[in-house]
Amino acid sequence: MDSTPFNRAARPWEAVLSLLVFCLIAGFLLFVTIPVASLFLRITPEAFFWSLQQPVVLDALRLSLLTASASTAIVVLLGTPLSYVNARVRYRGRAIVDTLTDLPIVLPPAVAGIALLMAFGRRGVVGEFLDGFGITVAFTTVAVILAQVFVASPFYIRQARASFEAVDPLYEDAARTLGASRLAVLLRVSIPLARSGLVSGAILSFARALGEFGATIMFAGNLQGRTQTMPLAIYTTMQGNLDEAISIAIVLVVISFAVILTVKHTTRRSA
Amino acid sequence: MLTIHAAKQLRDFELDVSLSVGPGETLVLIGENGAGKSTVLNLASGLLVPDHGEIALAGRVLYSDRLRLDVPVEDRNIGHLFQSYALFPHLSVFENVAFGLRCRKVPAGEIAARVAGELERMHLSDLAGVNVGRLSGGQRQRVALARALAVKPGLLLLDEPLAAVDVRAQGEMRRELRETIRAADIPCILVTHALRDALELGDRTCVMEEGRVVLEGTPEEVLASGENEFIAEFSCGCRRYRE
Repeated sequence: MDSTPFNRAARPWEAVLSLLVFCLIAGFLLFVTIPVASLFLRITPEAFFWSLQQPVVLDALRLSLLTASASTAIVVLLGTPLSYVNARVRYRGRAIVDTLTDLPIVLPPAVAGIALLMAFGRRGVVGEFLDGFGITVAFTTVAVILAQVFVASPFYIRQARASFEAVDPLYEDAARTLGASRLAVLLRVSIPLARSGLVSGAILSFARALGEFGATIMFAGNLQGRTQTMPLAIYTTMQGNLDEAISIAIVLVVISFAVILTVKHTTRRSA
Repeated sequence: MLTIHAAKQLRDFELDVSLSVGPGETLVLIGENGAGKSTVLNLASGLLVPDHGEIALAGRVLYSDRLRLDVPVEDRNIGHLFQSYALFPHLSVFENVAFGLRCRKVPAGEIAARVAGELERMHLSDLAGVNVGRLSGGQRQRVALARALAVKPGLLLLDEPLAAVDVRAQGEMRRELRETIRAADIPCILVTHALRDALELGDRTCVMEEGRVVLEGTPEEVLASGENEFIAEFSCGCRRYRE
């Protein structure tokens, strides 16, 4: 048996390879970190806090939090039954429903914006009907929420479906033998067991809604206090006061970090 | 009295059984893996639907293709103890046992009293607040049994109730299980691979092969008839499982 010890020096190419991999990783991390760090380096704390008190920033912050919360609630309400059914029930057309729910992920936001306008605009397929009752959707806060629901829903539905699929159906069978109706099984067993996945899906959906830009500006417009969310406010203020744009961007960066940390914490706790 | 006349096409064969179990009687189902024993339990509890036949419990028809009747699982009032126990991992021992009572909208005070009674009877009172993930195999079995019996079921279905219990504790658990079944005084079907379960827990034993009952009698009668290959090996203890 060969007892020659492993000789690292005999393989100099491994050191070169390690260095190359290190450089690639470091290069990528710098590419991501430098732009984010630049936001913090380009503004003084005084200017940052002064900007945060400006009406355009406060309005955008308030509207973004309001609309993203509303759209997340709608996504959870509509997406939970859909993802549960698609996780548990085999029916004809399930693949088509899955594809449709995933579509907004790959659809360019501008396409989503014009599609929503064609559906809910004053002369749109549904909008014309609603207009008959004096209901206008396009270019209102409701339009912001609809745009966010459209683009953010797949993030929740995909995660929720995977979480429901991970619940052993035996628990649901046991609950039914104990007298639980299908709704009670969902509320008392399936949702609690899939909870961490559902929460992280909802948080991701909230983050996507908060960052929504393309569909919103096309379908809801850019009116301060009504439809101008934080991303739209960045776009608007950077043409006049860069400090305000940077301040809003920093707030979004902080929220994004909080989202990532919360999702990681939630999923780690359930693992 | 439970009566089952049910047929169902399974992947490899057609299950076709006729069984009856009286109040306070325990019927033991034995047979090879995949012979259809657990399927019989699932048909009785309603988790599976027969292709045709009739299932009735205490004079109430639970399933009948002739009457186009299929009582939903949740309305059958059957205690079903699964092989892995299927205790709800997000709930405490107390909440697991209380689950069926909460589904029946039993008043909170009555739930507390009934669950406390079940836990005391199963020697689980000290563990009421403990999450079920921290229990031993024997404790899990007792919680599952308490949960199934807390709703006062009309039928008890036990799928390998001692399989996940430590071998050293099985004798004691078997004695406890026998007393619990006797006290419940309802029909009971028990699926097992263990000779001692059949002898000590069963009033009657049915041997199943490919979805059919091929031998029926008291445990002693069935074990004495060495003509069945499975029984010959089952009784000599030289094989408990066949892959």
